[in-house]
Amino acid sequence: MRTPKLTAVAMMSALLFPLTANASEADLQKQINELKARLDATTEVIESSARTDKPHGSSKVQMGGYGELHYNNLSGKGGAADKTEMDFHRFVLFFGHEFSDTIRFFSEVEIEHAIAGEGKTGEVELEQAYIEFDLNEQHRAKAGVFLIPVGILNETHEPNTFYGVERNPVEKNIVPSTWWEGGAAVSGEFAKGWSYDIALTSGLNLGTGGTTKVRSGRQKVGNAKAESLMTTGRIKWTGVPGLEVAATITNQDDYTQGLGTKNSARLFETHAVWQTGAFALRGLYASWKVNGQTSGYDKQEGYYIEPSYKLSDKFGVFVRYNEYDNQAGDTSQNGEKQQTDIGINYWPHPDVVIKADYQDQDNANNQNQNGFNLGIGYQF
Amino acid sequence: MKIVLIITLLSLSINSWARGTYQKPADFIAETFQGNTPKKEAIWLSGTVRETVTKILTHKPKGLRVRYWVHKQTSAWILEEIGKTEPITVGFVLNDKKVERVKVLVFRESRGDEVRHDFFTRQFQQASLNPDYKLNRHIDGITGATLSVRALTRLSRVALYLNEQRLAK
Repeated sequence: MRTPKLTAVAMMSALLFPLTANASEADLQKQINELKARLDATTEVIESSARTDKPHGSSKVQMGGYGELHYNNLSGKGGAADKTEMDFHRFVLFFGHEFSDTIRFFSEVEIEHAIAGEGKTGEVELEQAYIEFDLNEQHRAKAGVFLIPVGILNETHEPNTFYGVERNPVEKNIVPSTWWEGGAAVSGEFAKGWSYDIALTSGLNLGTGGTTKVRSGRQKVGNAKAESLMTTGRIKWTGVPGLEVAATITNQDDYTQGLGTKNSARLFETHAVWQTGAFALRGLYASWKVNGQTSGYDKQEGYYIEPSYKLSDKFGVFVRYNEYDNQAGDTSQNGEKQQTDIGINYWPHPDVVIKADYQDQDNANNQNQNGFNLGIGYQF
Repeated sequence: MKIVLIITLLSLSINSWARGTYQKPADFIAETFQGNTPKKEAIWLSGTVRETVTKILTHKPKGLRVRYWVHKQTSAWILEEIGKTEPITVGFVLNDKKVERVKVLVFRESRGDEVRHDFFTRQFQQASLNPDYKLNRHIDGITGATLSVRALTRLSRVALYLNEQRLAK
């Protein structure tokens, strides 16, 4: 069998052979020109062949992923527990497939906390699995399981894209991120820098207890009750480089899913991200109105603000102030939580990050977990 | 229903597309040289040139050479780089050793298309290359379009570097 090296030698010999004959200068020039033409033609064929390949191979299937290992070293005060743990918090794989230029599939499977099963701490979750159709050049539709278009981190949460080992507690406990539902959505651009998302999906099931955090109401599209669907609308402006301003509203008529007195749940969220040079600022506010809940759970809200500065391409520092309350409807409930984080990210490669931060809590119930966190994350 | 109607009406007013071919590469070249398109030339991606381009892109370049067009101090380059999964085709016009114009010609990704807008590409005007092959200015990103921004920034560095190699010949 002829090897590529032998083939190359054979080709070069064939190309060069005419030069070995005795020839005048004019003949040599002619031969050189012919050789140039042959070389150009050969290169065209090779490059043309390369261009027909899909990126990352010849398949229409794309694969990617991200993951993050965390080490928490927190001291509990006021009755709060100590937390000294090592946790492979998230291991995620993406798979996508292009059926055609206008129809594609995307999925995300996650293993949380490394091990799943009965009595185990972790979970295996299908966070995304949808088919997307291009309706025209500006608008697209999708159906399946997808991330709700809300907040800063819910849709973009690869560890190298944000500061802090753990995701901020406001988006975790109020938004509540990561939040995915099953249903259908349309999205697109309606003016330069302006985009929209409209979705009709499954929604929360907060039960009939009347004292439930919204995060606990996520059904994760596993035999999810769908008596009452949720509508979501988002509008986003990215008309200036480095700036994003967005607002999302969700509405669900009955968060008990037909099992109790009909009561609605509505979320309003807005945020801004501003990056200019090495400086960046993130700010987010989210507020739930959950009718019929008691003990202050009828209002759940929070905000955070996070300035950061990149010292170089590889190092960045940040500080973040978070405040949230899952019982904001009753100020006597001591539900208010405050947390300040300060830390550093180190990117040895744009897609790999090593993080360290210190967290200081000042909760209204005086139960605080203070200490440091370390992490390493990646995406590909 | 009203929202859908408003969005539909507004979309009709957009001239540019979110995904597709905004300008054919041949038209970009013809426009740059005002119809007097010079002869196409090529720079081979071999030896240290290939190594440096690999370093800038953080992966090996796909082609064996890069084609360009030059007239006096103006050179035009058509380059491609993958955003997340699909290649983005970008046209660069350089004047001497600085970027004069950047235009996204073909965008195939379903996200991150904001990089095609003038308000983003305008940032590259007058950018040049530092000795460490980085741009002499910061390019502000677009949230949610990180990979497309990264692709365009890398391509601008490649265009400036290859132009330097051309001038050094």
